[in-house]
Amino acid sequence: MTGLSGAGTLFRKEVLRFWKVAFQTVAAPVLTAVMYLLIFGHVLEDKVQVFSGVSYTAFLIPGLVMMSVLQNAFANSSSSLIQSKITGNLVFLLVTPLSHWAWYAAYVGASMVRGLVVGVGVLAVTVWFGPPRLAEPWWIVVFGALGAAMLGSLGLIAGLWAEKFDQLAAFQNFVIMPMTFLSGVFYSVHSLPSFWQGLSHLNPFFYMIDGFRRGFFGASDVSPWLSLSVVAVSFAVVATIALRLLASGYKLRQ
Amino acid sequence: MPAVSFQQVAKTYVGPRGTLRALDGVSFDIEDGEFFGLLGPNGAGKTTLISILAGLVRATEGRVTVMGHDVVRDYAQARRSLGIVPQELVFDPFFSVREALRIQSGYFGLRHNDAWIDELLANLGLADKANANMRQLSGGMKRRVLVAQALVHRPPVIVLDEPTAGVDVELRQTLWQFIARLNRQGHTVLLTTHYLEEAEALCGRIAMLKQGRVVALDKTSALLAGTAHTMLRFKTDDALPAALARRARVTGRIVQAAARDATEVETLLAALRAGGVKIEDLEIGRADLEDVFLEIMTGAAA
Repeated sequence: MTGLSGAGTLFRKEVLRFWKVAFQTVAAPVLTAVMYLLIFGHVLEDKVQVFSGVSYTAFLIPGLVMMSVLQNAFANSSSSLIQSKITGNLVFLLVTPLSHWAWYAAYVGASMVRGLVVGVGVLAVTVWFGPPRLAEPWWIVVFGALGAAMLGSLGLIAGLWAEKFDQLAAFQNFVIMPMTFLSGVFYSVHSLPSFWQGLSHLNPFFYMIDGFRRGFFGASDVSPWLSLSVVAVSFAVVATIALRLLASGYKLRQ
Repeated sequence: MPAVSFQQVAKTYVGPRGTLRALDGVSFDIEDGEFFGLLGPNGAGKTTLISILAGLVRATEGRVTVMGHDVVRDYAQARRSLGIVPQELVFDPFFSVREALRIQSGYFGLRHNDAWIDELLANLGLADKANANMRQLSGGMKRRVLVAQALVHRPPVIVLDEPTAGVDVELRQTLWQFIARLNRQGHTVLLTTHYLEEAEALCGRIAMLKQGRVVALDKTSALLAGTAHTMLRFKTDDALPAALARRARVTGRIVQAAARDATEVETLLAALRAGGVKIEDLEIGRADLEDVFLEIMTGAAA
């Protein structure tokens, strides 16, 4: 019982941590996504046709929502862990009886909340451009939750590994950002030359975005079941690594 | 069953600049209800030993138990039995004092802990700071919160790692009164400190560490009796005669020298007079823990 309510406390603490600075952790990323939409939407509206009957701006919205979900889920667990490590207050957690499962559930759970809150925020603002189509909404929920959980877990790994803020920034800039931008947020991979199309299919982020977008338009580059399989397997791998690191006390207990 | 048991504990740190043997076969028990002191110079391994006890560091060899629970295999029970006040002044800037204490209680599965939290706040002189953000507190106040955080789950064993370093006199008094009361109520206390007079006043038994080994382990009274030295203390601005300079401990103007008996005191004074040393504030007293400590640290085999 202690395990459950202990994990619950850590989860609430992690949610409170970002919520107390929501202007920076929720409002700012929503604004960023809306900027992307205004600029790319305006510039490319008449030049790019992705799915028939879908305007470029409408196509772009789900991609931006998912990108915000992923980036903020990653940012939450990674920045919380590295801040606690650098300021030293992680010791308060290290001396408790909480298991590695509790740590994992709490950090990833709070990351999912942050990612999804920002995602809903972006979606809410973009309603102004026209109500979204929700052709197969269950895919939105499934891919949103799985994507947030996967990036929350990746953030946990990065937060454990990094010893300095610039190492974390490097992970974000050289791994997370390229994989998000090259996943088809701004375009359909069908519009790419075949080499890049092939490469995109090796990127698990592509399947997250494609599956998520399927929920809005009922159309996608690949089958949503294929996307679900790839994302589920990727999540299982990342979650296993994160749990192993926590259980071994990697960079936590010398 | 001892409250804390260290059995052949060793720790080797492997770094880029070679290996460091921080602890080398440390064994001793702390009995239930004891007020126990762990002393030693910087780098002796005190904090490493305490960190192994708390699960923050893993021992390379050996075994540690808290209230019979192995700190690795049965870590949850061991940590529930232990409250540790860390040496570093750390805090979470996102929360107020009360929030921090509620969160810490929650980690131990305690949901409705406000009565005890209020008692802790009152006893540590923090009642009027309950709703202040951690960032707004002075160093001394932050230290009090660290003590409160270590005690939220009423652990039977309390570990204080140099809790009074850089703390004003008033807080030291408040803190020791409170910890002594908890000790009287049955809590076992393990204290590391640089203030030897504190250890002398509070600890019933003491272990001294040097270079990762226990070099002394006894009742405080026995340690003091063991060196039945008389200490000669005085102040001077003059240079000491060579024979005396070798055996005396000099701190600025203050000179301290050990003497076995009255005859030796006379010999020392005669040497000073012969050397033309002008002395002030002469005192002759019993050796204190600081003298014992220095004797053991300079005498113990490396």
